[in-house]
Amino acid sequence: MLNEIAFYLIAAVTLAFAVAAMALRQLIHCALCAAAAFAGLATLYLQLDAEFVGFAQLLVYVGAIAILIVFAVLLTRADEVLPGSRRSSPSWLMGIAAAVLVLAGIALPILSSPSLRHPPLAVADAPVKLIGVELMTRYVLPLEMAGVLLTAALMGAVVIAMREEPETKAQSRPPAAARREQTGEVVSRP
Amino acid sequence: MNPLLTHYLIVSALLFSIGFAGAVARRSAIIVLIGIELMLNAANLNFIAFWRYGAHPEALTGVMFVLFSIAIAAAEAAVGLALIIAIYRQRKTTQVDGLDRLKG
Repeated sequence: MLNEIAFYLIAAVTLAFAVAAMALRQLIHCALCAAAAFAGLATLYLQLDAEFVGFAQLLVYVGAIAILIVFAVLLTRADEVLPGSRRSSPSWLMGIAAAVLVLAGIALPILSSPSLRHPPLAVADAPVKLIGVELMTRYVLPLEMAGVLLTAALMGAVVIAMREEPETKAQSRPPAAARREQTGEVVSRP
Repeated sequence: MNPLLTHYLIVSALLFSIGFAGAVARRSAIIVLIGIELMLNAANLNFIAFWRYGAHPEALTGVMFVLFSIAIAAAEAAVGLALIIAIYRQRKTTQVDGLDRLKG
C-alpha cells in the first residue's frame, strides 16, 4: 500500500515537471523543470529496485545533461528578446493532436492487455558487483564501443562548438570564402 | 502491495507523449532536445519496468540496456547542444523554423 502511494506521488510529480518543462515560457525554467523530471525518473528507478541505474541517471542526467542544457540556454540567450516571437510553432495544435494520437496508440494496447496486469514475478536484485562482472564479461564489447562513442562525441562537440578564430575582417566577403581562407590559414600554421 | 506493471507502462507512455508534444510543438531547438531526452527516458523506464516485472530479473539485460542507453543519450545531448550553439553563433537564432536553409 505504501509502495503504491509512493509510486503515485512520484509519478504525478515527475509528469507534472515534464509538462512544465515542455510548456513554460522561459527557457531556463524549462531546463530546471527538465532536471526535476529526470530526478523523478531516477526515484522511479530506485523504486523498481534498480539502484545502480537510478544513481547513474542522477549523475548523468541531473548532474551533466541538465547543466549542459542550462549552459546552452545561457549561451544562446539573446534569442528570447526578439520582438513578436512566438514560443510554439505555427502548427502547434497539430503537434498536440499528433501527441494525443501517439498516447492513444501506446496506452490503449497497454490498458487492454490483461497479461500486463501483474505484480513482480520474482525478487529482483541488481547488485553493483554483478553488474560490474557482467560489464567485464558478457558486455565488454559494447562497453568498449560506448567508450569510443563517448570519446568521439566529446571531441566532436568540442570541435563543433569551438569559437572560430578571428575572421571578422573578412566580414564583407561571403562566409564560404572566408571559411575556406581561414582553414587554409590554419593548415599553413606551424 | 506493489504497483502493477501496467502503471509503469502508462507513466512511460504519458512521458513519451509529453516529450513528443514538446518536440513537435515548440520552436526553440533546446526545448526540442529536452523533449527528445524525455522520450529516451520514457523508453528507459519501460526497459527497467519490464526487467523488474519479468520472470528472469537475474539476467540483468534490461539494466544493461538502460546503462548503455544513458551513455548514448549523454553523447547525443553533448553533440546536439554543441550544434545548437554553433548554429546560434552563425544565425543568431535557435528557433527551429528559422533554420530552413541548407546553405548559409
